[in-house]
Amino acid sequence: MKIDRRSFLALGLGAAAGTAFTPLPWKLTDDASIWTQNWRWLPLPEDGDVTYETTACTLCPGGCGIRVRKVKDRIVKIEGLPEHPVNQGGICALGISGTQILYGGSRVTSPMRRSGDRGKNEWTRITWDEALAEVKAQINALVDADKADTIACITGSDRGTVPLLFKRLLAVLGSPNFMTTATMEDSYRAVFRKMHGLKGPVDVRFDFENTGFVLSFGSGLIEGWGSPLRMIRAANVWKANKTPMIQVEQRLSNTAAFSGGLLAVNPGTEADLALGLCHAIISGNLHQAGSVSGFAEFANLLKQKYSVDTVATKTGLKATAIVDLARKFANPASRSVAVCGRGKGTTAGSMREFMAVHALNILAGRVNAPGGVFAVPAPDDIAWAGDTVMTSAISGKTRIDEAGTGAYTLADSLLNRIPSGIVEKGESSIGLLFVSEANPVYTLSGTKNVRKAFKKIPYIVSFATCLDDTTAYADLILPNHSYLERYQDVPVRAGLSKPLVNLTKPVSAPVYDTQNVGDTVISIAKSLEGSVAEAFPWENYEDCLAKTLGGRWETLKEKGFVEGEANPVALGNVILPSEMPDIPAISGDGNLPLILLPKDSMRLWGDAVADPPFALKIVPDTELKGTETVVEVSPKTAVAQGLEDGKEAVLTTTLKSVTVKVAVSDGIMDGVVAIPRGLGRSSAEKYLDDKGVNVCELMEPQEDKVSGFDAVIGTRASLKRA
Amino acid sequence: MSTSNHEADSLAPGEAPDRKQGAPGGVIVLFFIVGFALSMAFGWLVFPKLLYSEKNQPFDFNHKIHMDLVDSGCESCHVFREDGTYAGVPTLAQCADCHQDVQGESKDEEVFVNEYVANEKEVPWLIYSRQPDCVFFSHAAHVKMAEMECKECHGDIGESESLKVYRENRITGYSQDIWGENIAGIRKNTWDGMKMTDCGKCHEERMGSKGPCFQCHK
Repeated sequence: MKIDRRSFLALGLGAAAGTAFTPLPWKLTDDASIWTQNWRWLPLPEDGDVTYETTACTLCPGGCGIRVRKVKDRIVKIEGLPEHPVNQGGICALGISGTQILYGGSRVTSPMRRSGDRGKNEWTRITWDEALAEVKAQINALVDADKADTIACITGSDRGTVPLLFKRLLAVLGSPNFMTTATMEDSYRAVFRKMHGLKGPVDVRFDFENTGFVLSFGSGLIEGWGSPLRMIRAANVWKANKTPMIQVEQRLSNTAAFSGGLLAVNPGTEADLALGLCHAIISGNLHQAGSVSGFAEFANLLKQKYSVDTVATKTGLKATAIVDLARKFANPASRSVAVCGRGKGTTAGSMREFMAVHALNILAGRVNAPGGVFAVPAPDDIAWAGDTVMTSAISGKTRIDEAGTGAYTLADSLLNRIPSGIVEKGESSIGLLFVSEANPVYTLSGTKNVRKAFKKIPYIVSFATCLDDTTAYADLILPNHSYLERYQDVPVRAGLSKPLVNLTKPVSAPVYDTQNVGDTVISIAKSLEGSVAEAFPWENYEDCLAKTLGGRWETLKEKGFVEGEANPVALGNVILPSEMPDIPAISGDGNLPLILLPKDSMRLWGDAVADPPFALKIVPDTELKGTETVVEVSPKTAVAQGLEDGKEAVLTTTLKSVTVKVAVSDGIMDGVVAIPRGLGRSSAEKYLDDKGVNVCELMEPQEDKVSGFDAVIGTRASLKRA
Repeated sequence: MSTSNHEADSLAPGEAPDRKQGAPGGVIVLFFIVGFALSMAFGWLVFPKLLYSEKNQPFDFNHKIHMDLVDSGCESCHVFREDGTYAGVPTLAQCADCHQDVQGESKDEEVFVNEYVANEKEVPWLIYSRQPDCVFFSHAAHVKMAEMECKECHGDIGESESLKVYRENRITGYSQDIWGENIAGIRKNTWDGMKMTDCGKCHEERMGSKGPCFQCHK
């Protein structure tokens, strides 16, 4: 037998053929694929005992209860808390992404001192002792120069112990300049003051669960308005009860699609529509009797300037449609409610619109009525020794934003007036600024001016958890624990039907070298010694919480929330306006052909907290494509401006020109450009930065003549093919 | 073309070319068959033995004795937590409820009590049915909602008097029970394997569809 090379080749071939008839190649392929899933360096959650802990979400003002799922010490999932009155187990895309805030790349990992130019977010790590000494030196320098009243503070809310600790620190130092960012709730409060003569802190509440007819003036009721999850539950009740809902808006938003009818009025004429409805109600003698001042003057004003026909021409609606809607709205059997606050309601909006919508509710007898809108006292259950003395000591001092004084008696804070004030004066009226749980450089309109003003403020201390547009202008960051690492009482506004206080709890050990902001404020006060230190008699923040909340502390720790009852404020005499303020809701250059309107959605958050990477992933291509913002226009507008779907275009307002992509849609009015709010952040987080454009960069602010808030809801713009 | 083929040029009509003599065709076929047979033998007989390493459990366990003592069958020890999640293999605390001290004469119980209960050390059981992390499986959905018997996937383990040897796949680290004892993947019983195809087959039979990927791969 002769054996040669070909024999061995045959052997090899036979072996190969034979192998194909064994399980070996298939089994090895399968095993190899599983093997690749088990590489040691793959980020897999740890195996271990699973536990749940309950706490509250603070990422938006909605006030949901959450529970975290932990494997050993690591939080792996956030879920809605089934027994919580607001969300009853539900959770939104932002809430579920909270783990990425806790462990994410934009966290401030230790106290930091600015090392680069302002605006660059470049930092050097320092110790807590160094950082606190630096704050102390800054405060002492101002106190010594008799300029302590130039110390200011911006927080996201004026509720709960943390904001009040800041307020107290400022008060004991002699500064009245405690400011909060304005939302629609502030406009409602201003309306209650203006039209009911109420003086003290008053809150708005909506009895949506018992409403029989909803008329929404541009409010994104199922897109994050008020308390997002509560509103979605309310909308489910409306759906089950077949509650009619009408949406007044320029585009087919999700809320408009959910509603039973969309009234696409000309942008900026929403207030006119409300007044036209008021006129139809009065002329049809459909209004409810009550103690009303200035009724004749108001009726006369409507007759002269806001008759149904005039309003029909102005809004673009049919007169008969307005009359029909008015009849339906004013029918007592409808249990109707009119709502305003644009989009998510995170901006103050125009008082003209708020007053007109409120007048509509008044005429239909829907204020303090079941299913309607309620004025309730704001909770004042946090009382500390010496509060009155401190308040009276600073009450004579002028606030930098002039809120509560002179022409601005309706507002408690006018943060929007600060940047223009500083830029006009050429120097900063603020000597030292604290910023906590707010992101004014991102959220205030006219970003360029805001940046300019923040550059002029001599010293800014940020208490942020994550780097953001505002920390970029700070000199020092004393990082706060994330909401999953700290105790904090969080009273919820958001128009809930009952007062509610949540408690966030440290469900995770601190991941970085951070500190509860409550402890930081107490440490700063104690370091200043004397009367300042005496005003903060607590050992630490937890001690402050326990002593302040008294009996509720144990309940909050155990249950996570305390729900109360609030009786409506006696409204007394209603004061209807004899003249409506003339504030254009659309700012900018009238020669520009289009109107730019921001749009809010449940996938993009435009407030202080930015979308974590998970949430950003679900933003559709019609809002963000790659790194470019996508604006929405109608086919007619596209033709008129020479635009093409999916192509680039240059969007220009009086403030800025930016390149965007165009999405042509049938669901938007001609002449309107809708732009998503919540993009264009600078956070030093690679997943979020350089994605799209911040709406506020394009929006020229417009001071409201009645409230002083920023009234702007849209701005003139042009959109040309790039 | 022809100029390059000298052999062909010199041939007379009908004459075979004068080739260098190689191995006859029969030898080549023989070698092919030998190669085929050897690789078949390797693939079917040797490879399965090489692929798995044999490991013993920390100590033996008699399911049968325990089943006779409890009232609620498997769920007496393999419990569902209050929130509906499945606790899997009992923890030391569960076992120690009864086994604080040695009760019988079994050496394995002695090992358990002296080495684990006394030292409060969890038993590092080797789990025959452990799935990769990318697989999400809800026992509640199958046992509570679909009312399936444990046996349908886990076989007669509840009747066993001792634990079988744990055969660990050297490549994946998972038990042989996932692929199944039959290396060709042939199944006689529903509990003969726990691969995705097994899940899919049952889902298709009972629910009409294998289900979407994300049903199990979250």
